Amino acid sequence: MSAMRPIWSPLRDGLAQIGACGIFLFRILRAIPLSLRYLRETVRQIFFVGAMSLIIIMTCGLFVGMVLGLQLYHTLSIFGGTAALGTVVALSLYRELGPVVTALLFAGRAGTSITAEIGLMRATDQLDAMEMMAVDPLAFVVAPRFLAGVIAMPILACVFNGLGILGAHLVGVSWLGLDNGTFWSNMTANVDVWDDVINGLWKSTAFGAVVTLIATFQGYTTAPTSEGVAYATTRTVVFSSIATLMIDFVMTAFLM
Amino acid sequence: MSPAAPTDADSLVRIRGLRTVLNGKTIFDGVDLDIPRGGITAIMGPSGTGKTTLMRHITGQLAPDAGAIVVDGLDVGRIDRDALFALREKIGYLFQNSALLTDYSVFENVAFPLRQHLKLPEELVRNIVLTKLQAVGLRGAAELMPSELSGGMVRRVALARAIVRDPMMIIYDEPFVGLDPIALNQILKLIRTLNQTLGITSILVAHELAAVRRVADHIHLLAGGKIVAHGLPEELARGETPWTRQFFSGEADGPVPFHYPAPDYATQLGLGGGKS
Repeated sequence: MSAMRPIWSPLRDGLAQIGACGIFLFRILRAIPLSLRYLRETVRQIFFVGAMSLIIIMTCGLFVGMVLGLQLYHTLSIFGGTAALGTVVALSLYRELGPVVTALLFAGRAGTSITAEIGLMRATDQLDAMEMMAVDPLAFVVAPRFLAGVIAMPILACVFNGLGILGAHLVGVSWLGLDNGTFWSNMTANVDVWDDVINGLWKSTAFGAVVTLIATFQGYTTAPTSEGVAYATTRTVVFSSIATLMIDFVMTAFLM
Repeated sequence: MSPAAPTDADSLVRIRGLRTVLNGKTIFDGVDLDIPRGGITAIMGPSGTGKTTLMRHITGQLAPDAGAIVVDGLDVGRIDRDALFALREKIGYLFQNSALLTDYSVFENVAFPLRQHLKLPEELVRNIVLTKLQAVGLRGAAELMPSELSGGMVRRVALARAIVRDPMMIIYDEPFVGLDPIALNQILKLIRTLNQTLGITSILVAHELAAVRRVADHIHLLAGGKIVAHGLPEELARGETPWTRQFFSGEADGPVPFHYPAPDYATQLGLGGGKS
């Protein structure tokens, strides 16, 4: 029994965390109607987590597209299929890379910032002060950030996809000499709005909800110390990344 | 030793049989306490004795394991969240570290409770906030950010925020910690003035005996999970019981032991049995 403890204990703690996170999600959803009173705060958060993440999303999207264009061009040229470059890049981005990489970048850029901010508010009694002023911190602090994440993530994924395709075009057409018309016409002929684009956006929305849920939960429940905030920030990145990839597999299985 | 026990109508806060266990440690073991309306009541006691926890009980932030906490006629352990929030709107709370919202200016911090609960014209909000800031002497600092203020100023801004809705009660949690003599006197003056001019019931959690004696009407001494003494400041300062004698004379050892509970010293040093 004692030998089982080292294995059982983290498993039990992990399950307890998932359960607590589920209850926290329920409390956020219940607080959302009240948080609509703080529309300005939600808009402010969309700016912070969305607009402020644009630079990193655009840069990474462009380079991911350029790498994809380069790799796929050489691979497809083996089979004489370089004409399919636009299609393959677009499908890769819309279906998988766009939503997943955006979510991973979002977790690193905005998720950590959300956790650190809420964690510091916890450590400096600001959340307790709001409770004492009869203001629900879930409605005023957490729900606007959650909504901002859910709204911003699909938009950021669209930007990522757009820049990715532009990057692939730069490499495939401008650099390696693929015909411009072939690139676009094959892409538009083979990419389906509902099966590819919209399904990708569904994924992004789900990832936005999961990443911001984890980020807000970690910040809200952090130990009120500098070490506690540091651990919570790290956990946000680790758990968000794992959750994103797991949910991606599940959603892909259902959406295909 | 103690003054006549207040009646129900006199007491804004009435605690009976409070029992709290946190992380397996008994914090309160049958605390009975009355806070009279309109006065300044100080809760004193050794560090770690649960003074802040008691305030968390009074404001409904922490539920007791047993006992009743009645504030303004409401049992805070039994009322729902809406009723609790309605009650909190009538209570000002000055946190130990002031807990100002760091992203908001001094003005916005003080205006925060008004904006959240009342739909007032902006001009009226401005006038109320400036009035409260004037009362704490910081009208000129309205546009500063909390990071630009000294410790004493932060405390005064938090006080302005606590009184902005004219509460029936203010809880001051360690308001004198880390203040220089000037700032301490400013806070003392404000506590007394607010109590006298607005008729606010004040609960003061503090260690500084000299400061507390200057403003408090009653002192309750909390130790070992119970109220071990209560009365007028002068009465308690005479030190007629072992608890009051140790606390008010600052004796290192006594009913509050110098040593934290530990296993036998000699045994722990590997010197065999024996007393520590």
